[in-house]
Amino acid sequence: MEYAVEMLNITKEFPGIKANDNVTLQVEKGTIHALLGENGAGKSTLMSILFGLYQPTSGIIRINGNEVSINDPNDANRLGIGMVHQHFKLVDCFTVTENIILGKEPLTKYKTVDLKETSKKILELSRRYGLDVDPYSKIEDITVGMQQRVEILKMLYRNADILIFDEPTAVLTPHEIEELIDIMRNLKKEGKTIILITHKLKEIKEVADKCTVLRRGRYIGTVDVSQTSQKEMAEMMVGREVDFTVEKPDIQVGEKVLEVKDLWVKNSRGLDAVKGFSFSVAKGEIVGIAGIDGNGQTDLVYALTGLSKVEKGKILFKGQDITKLDVKGKVKCGIGHIPEDRHKHGLILDFKLKENMVVHEYDGEYSKNGILQFSKIDEYTDRLIKEFDVRSGQGKETITRSMSGGNQQKAIIAREIDRSPELLIVVQPTRGLDVGAIEYIHRRIVEERNKGKAILLVSFELDEILSLSDRIIVMYNGGITGAVKASETDEKQLGLMMAGEKIEGVSDHE
Amino acid sequence: MSILISMVPATLMVATPIIIAALGGLFSERSGIVNICIEGIMMVGGFAGATVCVLLESDPTFGPYAGWLGLLAGLVVGIIYSLLLAVSTINFKADHTIAGTAINMLAAGITIYLCQIIFGQQRTIAFSKGISKMKKIPLLSDIPIIGQAFTGIYPTIFIALILVLVTWFVVYKTRFGLRLRSCGENPHAAASMGINVYKTRYAAVMISGALAGLAGAIMVLTNGIQYTASSIHGVGFIAIAALIFGKWHPLGTLGAGLFFGFSSALGVYASMIPLLNLIPSEFFSCIPYILTIVALIIFSGKAVGPKASGQIYDAGKR
Amino acid sequence: MSKKMEKILIPLIAIALGILLGCVILLVSGQDVGALFNGLIKSATGFDLSKPQNGLNLRYPGEFLVSSMPIILTGLAIGFAYRCGMFNIGAEGQVIVGSLVSCMVAILVPMPGMMAAIVCLLAGGLAGALWAFIPGILKCQFNISEVVTGIMLNYTALYGANYFLKALPESTTTRTVNIPANASLSSDFLSELTNNSRLHWGFILVIICVIAYWFIIEKTSFGYSLRATGFNKEGARYAGIKVNKSTILSIMISGFFAGLAGAIILQGTFGYGRVMTAAENYGFDGISVALVGGCNAIGILLSGLLFGLLKVTQPLLQTSGIPKEIGDIISSSIVFFVAIQYAIQYILNKLEIKKGKAHAKKAGDVQ
Repeated sequence: MEYAVEMLNITKEFPGIKANDNVTLQVEKGTIHALLGENGAGKSTLMSILFGLYQPTSGIIRINGNEVSINDPNDANRLGIGMVHQHFKLVDCFTVTENIILGKEPLTKYKTVDLKETSKKILELSRRYGLDVDPYSKIEDITVGMQQRVEILKMLYRNADILIFDEPTAVLTPHEIEELIDIMRNLKKEGKTIILITHKLKEIKEVADKCTVLRRGRYIGTVDVSQTSQKEMAEMMVGREVDFTVEKPDIQVGEKVLEVKDLWVKNSRGLDAVKGFSFSVAKGEIVGIAGIDGNGQTDLVYALTGLSKVEKGKILFKGQDITKLDVKGKVKCGIGHIPEDRHKHGLILDFKLKENMVVHEYDGEYSKNGILQFSKIDEYTDRLIKEFDVRSGQGKETITRSMSGGNQQKAIIAREIDRSPELLIVVQPTRGLDVGAIEYIHRRIVEERNKGKAILLVSFELDEILSLSDRIIVMYNGGITGAVKASETDEKQLGLMMAGEKIEGVSDHE
Repeated sequence: MSILISMVPATLMVATPIIIAALGGLFSERSGIVNICIEGIMMVGGFAGATVCVLLESDPTFGPYAGWLGLLAGLVVGIIYSLLLAVSTINFKADHTIAGTAINMLAAGITIYLCQIIFGQQRTIAFSKGISKMKKIPLLSDIPIIGQAFTGIYPTIFIALILVLVTWFVVYKTRFGLRLRSCGENPHAAASMGINVYKTRYAAVMISGALAGLAGAIMVLTNGIQYTASSIHGVGFIAIAALIFGKWHPLGTLGAGLFFGFSSALGVYASMIPLLNLIPSEFFSCIPYILTIVALIIFSGKAVGPKASGQIYDAGKR
Repeated sequence: MSKKMEKILIPLIAIALGILLGCVILLVSGQDVGALFNGLIKSATGFDLSKPQNGLNLRYPGEFLVSSMPIILTGLAIGFAYRCGMFNIGAEGQVIVGSLVSCMVAILVPMPGMMAAIVCLLAGGLAGALWAFIPGILKCQFNISEVVTGIMLNYTALYGANYFLKALPESTTTRTVNIPANASLSSDFLSELTNNSRLHWGFILVIICVIAYWFIIEKTSFGYSLRATGFNKEGARYAGIKVNKSTILSIMISGFFAGLAGAIILQGTFGYGRVMTAAENYGFDGISVALVGGCNAIGILLSGLLFGLLKVTQPLLQTSGIPKEIGDIISSSIVFFVAIQYAIQYILNKLEIKKGKAHAKKAGDVQ
């Protein structure tokens, strides 16, 4: 069998860390080859080397049997390598055509950029691969799924034969994922070679031929996907047997802590994002909000925590109307919030750890007449560091930015859980963390539930929702498409609801 | 009416450097580099222009062209001086505003320092001619009544008009223009398409320097008799205002530049116009600045400037 | 190298490079480098190396302080806003407006005794704060860059102030009348102490401001909320901080410092209002002072003194035959070197690695 891509014994060192340690990847021509690994396993680094964004410290790259050196994306393009980045690289105010031809612009005889002829060409290309993209629309006006297709067209326009997809499904709806998988099969049929970077085993199983597994920068092995179970691949990825099921004793559900009635919220662009949302969370239960990113979850959480204004509807906390309270008011009445984006909201990265521990109380318990009480802050931080095993270079004096992601998240969890709020709103608590940290955080969340706290969990990871929640509410386009008990549903049913289908007979079990 | 007509040459004289400098700002900002040091580059260009003009005036061969060679000098020195902005913001990742502020301050110091070294005083020696006015413009000047408006204007306005058209063509029609704009909107996207963001931005900043330097030289060689510390007196910032007021578009910039030129001429002529002569002349001086703030309020909410302008680009970050 | 060390070292290296560049320029253009240092020493201490027989002349250090005072205040102004994420390039205009209003109050409102001086100072400060309110509110309401608004308002202030100054009773086209003696900060005592320099009571105000700055930023919960806003607006919102309020307050406090600077220039240094054709760059000097001083109180005090020294030495240099603009060149290049601190850091790191002292640094974003 002929190899399209061979990356042999690749090592890439960054100051103080080996991102790739003697990794080998061999991809056969005309196949779909998955690259599997946890966050930080070195997948992106390896692909960045193949795409010319980084140079390897040592190792050999062969494309179609010839040894090459790839110094920048231009070299990669010349070798027929294209990449669909996880975060799309598109110019919002340009048209589809302008984005596609950028860097390789055909000229008219007057030396101006030839948009007219190229747009026609792109339309043809788009039809041939069943992409259905309008070359004349502006990027800012088309959906995320469409934008991804523009990225694919960019590669096809450049006659790329080797296509790298970096976590392509993270931003797509289940329906869009299916379409993407069809597109990938189409591309394979046309003779293209595809490298798929992902940590989603299900998708690998569905579409890939071979799978190479990386762990902590090292090569673990390459397997034939049809011969290998998902569990086996998961173990290769993590390095030990993993059991994602969480021990969860049955406990008595108490009175309602949070009640939301017909809630309407606008997003930052002034459009309705949450449309008439109603639900409740009671003591001793974890309610999971499932859904694809971008269906209003963020705005729902913003409204509940006081970060956004409520347009219409009511938020009741233990029977009291807290709709109009601001962030501080909501924190005071007993709501904890572990935010979606720890760098944007949870932490002020340039603050010392101790300053971050008092963000809610800096002007309350930890100041006197407007003057910060540093001795009290120090004491408190030291206690939390010990209790929650938060590790950092210089303890409480560490600048938060220099801490690892897992420890940053632990710090937030320590801060929010220690206040012992009656309602804990947890959003994407394990994004970007390794398995050890994930297990720890899941355990802490369930512990809080067992203590009788009410917990609202918002996550885009279906697995996380299924393994932690007692009840699941599916959010689609700002509304509810279903509310089910976790024990009475499965991934397939949830997937349908996440795509906007209302399931008959499924009702809110309250 | 006759006052209005006689204001035309003054308007054009003031507007010319504003328009050209604003076009300079346009190139730089479209590539993603905020050029707050247009003022400083204009000073350097003005100084170079005046100096070359003074030194060559008496030369038998170059003498007749001393003014035009002065403009050329302003342009070249503008490019060289703008490299400071390019190096600091593109290579050394300096905050654009801070670096620009430093470069402005340096320009004020270095030009007068050189005056002291070369001429032994805090200004250049006065040149005798600079750029001459055109006595007549074929066709236009012959039109009855309004023809007078085109008598005694500087030829430099035509340079400005041509540059507006060229800028429009380059930015919106050519390969370089598309790449330039992509660098200012999303440099990471541009880089992923194999465009060299650093080179593109260097080119843009250097064009910016050329235009600002030229504008400074034009200003001194048409508007003044020598270069002094207050020769440029904030016109660089008016150019930035014109750029914003013109929504980062060459034609809009032309309009804004003409308007600001007019308001400045009005300040001079107001004392001869009934009613307007009741308004203090300081008011006219304030107009461009106040209007720019008003324009910004009106434009707000609609993103019109280049999105990545002012952001430090680091190829390593993705 | 620790972050703290780097914070101190970088401005020092920038200063050294700036002075070095100044020397090189002097040498290349055939000037006397020694005269530069002699001038600096004479301005700072009053001791003339070339005429040691004259002994100390305290007028020089007196004038040195006079020139440092307003730029320490504008340095505090820039620094305060910077810590809250705002670049108050409009400080220039706030100085002008502060100076104008302090002048108008002094001339138009007769007041008894000491009160006059204090009321005029406050009026100047408040005027600066109000002028700074404009970019603050526009930033919060319309998301308009405070840099652009600030620049526009600088010129508006310059031309507008001239109109009002000329409109004051008995003003000429270049200046107003002298302000009443009880609104003035000048002091015969201080003046005699320093051999007839213009040293005035403004220095007490400057000391108070430096301490207040340090205390507010580092020690209070209000300062905490401002710093949080400066570092991460969304994070501050999450912490329940009213970001718009902190933003506007911070630039207004900044404007207050700048307005005070304007007031002490008027009430202390000159004693009358001046019609100006061009701005005097106190606000821009403040940018230099704040950046070189790392935006902390002590740093601003020290760098304010440095820039004040460079400023006050200029006339001395001119009399000793060196173009005085060398002072401007040195101070602006110091700011330039601070602006490109990335390069300095890079070189420092390289040096450190060479020395073999480098510990394995935490790798940045590998992903």
